[in-house]
Amino acid sequence: MASKENYLVGIFDDEDVLLHAVENIRDKGVKIKEVYSPFPVHGLDEALGYRRTRLPIAAFLFGMTGTITALSTQIWMLGFDWPMIIGGKNFFSIPPFIPVTFEFTVLLSAFGMAGTFLVVSDMKPYKWPRMYDNRSTDDKHVMAIDLGANKISKEEIRQILKSNGASEVNEKSF
Amino acid sequence: MQASSALRESLVTGGKTVADVSQDISCQVENKPSRLWWMAFGTSLVLLIYGGYCCWMMLWHGIGMWGLNKTVGWAWDITNFVWWVGIGHAGTLISAILLLFRQRWRMSINRAAEAMTIFAVICALSFPAFHMGRLWLGFYWALPLPNAFGSLWVNFNSPLLWDVFAISTYFSVSLLFWYMGLIPDFAVIRDRAVRMGHMTRARVYNALSFGWDGAAKTWMRYESVALILAGLSTPLVLSVHTIVSMDFATSVIPGWHTTIFPPYFVAGAIFSGFAMVLTLLLVTRKVFKLEDYITIYHVELMNIIIIVTGSIVGVAYITELFIAWYGQVPAESYAFYNRVMGPYWWAYASMMTCNVISPQLFWIKKIRTNLVATFVLSIIVNIGMWFERFVIIVTSLHRDYVPSSWTMFHPTMYDIGQYLFTFGIFFTAFFLFAKFFPVINMAEVKSIIKSTSEKKNSSAH
Repeated sequence: MASKENYLVGIFDDEDVLLHAVENIRDKGVKIKEVYSPFPVHGLDEALGYRRTRLPIAAFLFGMTGTITALSTQIWMLGFDWPMIIGGKNFFSIPPFIPVTFEFTVLLSAFGMAGTFLVVSDMKPYKWPRMYDNRSTDDKHVMAIDLGANKISKEEIRQILKSNGASEVNEKSF
Repeated sequence: MQASSALRESLVTGGKTVADVSQDISCQVENKPSRLWWMAFGTSLVLLIYGGYCCWMMLWHGIGMWGLNKTVGWAWDITNFVWWVGIGHAGTLISAILLLFRQRWRMSINRAAEAMTIFAVICALSFPAFHMGRLWLGFYWALPLPNAFGSLWVNFNSPLLWDVFAISTYFSVSLLFWYMGLIPDFAVIRDRAVRMGHMTRARVYNALSFGWDGAAKTWMRYESVALILAGLSTPLVLSVHTIVSMDFATSVIPGWHTTIFPPYFVAGAIFSGFAMVLTLLLVTRKVFKLEDYITIYHVELMNIIIIVTGSIVGVAYITELFIAWYGQVPAESYAFYNRVMGPYWWAYASMMTCNVISPQLFWIKKIRTNLVATFVLSIIVNIGMWFERFVIIVTSLHRDYVPSSWTMFHPTMYDIGQYLFTFGIFFTAFFLFAKFFPVINMAEVKSIIKSTSEKKNSSAH
């Protein structure tokens, strides 16, 4: 029993009710493990106190890597490794190198960021996620509260959830 | 919080709830396909097989099977390539540019439009690939890979090489964007399968969804990724057709080397893309009974974009003619005189009628809200856009500088067969997509149900 994790799972039908509930429940000192929604609820991340994601920084760094790689590769190949006379043009000239540099920047930035997203969110094809209530991908918002991490008693939390608009409160152990 | 205006028409009709969205869209994936679907899919397969035979013959004997001659060295092959790439542009415009502009009507059409983009780009890519004659060497030669000739590198000064990078990046990033959007919806189908006891289906869709759980933290990151992908895709889509137009614009062929090509091509691409989106969606909407999600209002908005881009294209055609006369370069003037009055006058006239005159009918509200009229006009627009590329390419080439080499272009059955092959790829892929993937972005539509669904819904809570 001790090794089991026990959760109280609150089900909410409406995103506005959920948003107020998250604020009130956190004010009461209850720690919320996570909230699962069928669609992005704006303001939920702030209500839960999450820090802004740093994925844009990752996207920028990957993009810069792309820019530098593409530009230096082109300059090295056509400027130094094998200069070719093509219509009497300069061996080394930046403007014709811009399209490929731009495309490569976009490519690395997009795939780098998406890859980072999958890694930080621990998403992979062979992983079966822990679903507290699988209606959370249909039409319910599901709030999971880890009883082990909270000092407040189960019954009290159940009361708080009910009074904040949860349509159901269930128990779930893993 | 989202505010909704009483003046705006609702984007989802029929008083749908969030649960209805899951049910209506997922049941298309879960149910057995209809007879209509089998018939459509079968027809596409026939096209694919016949076209595949023509492509095989062409690979075996070489591209001499095409109707090209020494004057007209570029014809259907590049016409079809540019036509398909252009069609792809609407998908990215809908999903990326309209996302940045916060246009919520994009939400029920973006999934199918992005799928169309991906399949259209695959069709487009097949043309330069076959044009290389030997597919396997072509891929090797087009990329800057170390080789046994020196290494002799590719020519980064050439727009044809920029095209390799532009189109392949465009394809990969569009695929990524589309797939990111599909992830939460695959999880919907997975969880429905769990509830129905279909464990094999649940496992397949779980793998496709990368084990999506819908946590608030994941959604936060996901939204950030979607926004940045939209920000990256917007300049990308504009760059792609710009670079395609540079294949012509940086050359010295009269009729090709004009500076207005990049914006003119981008507008034309969006124009033809929206026409193809309408052709596909009007059919999908009917076959899958999605009338409450893809409403007349959506159709009307897309038709308005067709008027705008069609008019830009019209202005570009007239500007070209004006500059050809005003520029007073004899070769240039002749190229345009020949386009309008020469032996290919019928192609020019078809282009003008289909692209410039026919979309103007959409100024009439009765026509732009009529589904049959929209369907017919959307096909006319695509025929017109095919002729636009044919006119630019073939009429600029067929009367060379030396009159002794003047000739006409006649397509062979292999030119036609390869074009049919791409229709086979396109429709086969689209029907498979429509059967196995959710055709509407459920997560996005659910997020706007409360603020934009008809009033019947809000009183239920």
